[in-house]
Amino acid sequence: MKAINHMKVEFQSKSANEGFARSTAAAFAAQLDPTLDELGDIKTAVSEAVTNAIVHAYPDTIGKITLKARLYPDHSMELTVRDWGRGIDNIDKAREPLYTTGGEERSGMGFTIMESFTDKLKVKSTPGRGTTVTMRRRFSTRAGQA
Amino acid sequence: MKTRAYYKDGLLTIRFDGELDHHSAKPAVRAIEEGIDTHLPKNLILDFNGLSFMDSSGIAVVLKAFRRMNELEGTVSVENVPAQPQKVLDMAGLGRLIKIAAGVKEV
Repeated sequence: MKAINHMKVEFQSKSANEGFARSTAAAFAAQLDPTLDELGDIKTAVSEAVTNAIVHAYPDTIGKITLKARLYPDHSMELTVRDWGRGIDNIDKAREPLYTTGGEERSGMGFTIMESFTDKLKVKSTPGRGTTVTMRRRFSTRAGQA
Repeated sequence: MKTRAYYKDGLLTIRFDGELDHHSAKPAVRAIEEGIDTHLPKNLILDFNGLSFMDSSGIAVVLKAFRRMNELEGTVSVENVPAQPQKVLDMAGLGRLIKIAAGVKEV
């Protein structure tokens, strides 16, 4: 399926950009006329992916993060959050609920939330090279929409 | 995000306004710890009425408050929780540990 629109933004791995990233994703998603609940899901999933990159990919440095979004004619959206940081040694372990290497400041629920707030989650990572998280979410079609 | 603390007769209420994420979690934890250390309350209410967004960082913040109040043998409840933060709290099953009251009230 060919995307009907796409966007890409690049920003530094600073925590102040977490709000920027999720608001940008939600603003772009608005073209598909999602419900308020669906927008909340997108914001939450993006916030988790971007926070992971900031906290885990670049623990002691400031690095580059990109957020890409594609909109499809079936009212679905694909979101890609990519970093060029440390990478994840064991993806299965990282995706387990409550597992975290972030100490008591983190809850270990990031991937679990991304998984349940979207329809599909794919994680690709190479230690030392970076991580790409791809999420797909289909929105409901409401009365009056094609 | 802004926090405001009110204390009366053993009850400490901390109101949250804005977005609670990894960026704002540290100041939020500091506000909770300061409030608890100053007043040593019996009960703590985290009032989420003005919380427009929360991600999993908020789970760690609520758990921190729970642990601290447990040490004082006090209670914690989360009140006036909007739909989006409620969904995140539900993911962590926090309702099993802490009283959580959903639904925003008009201010």
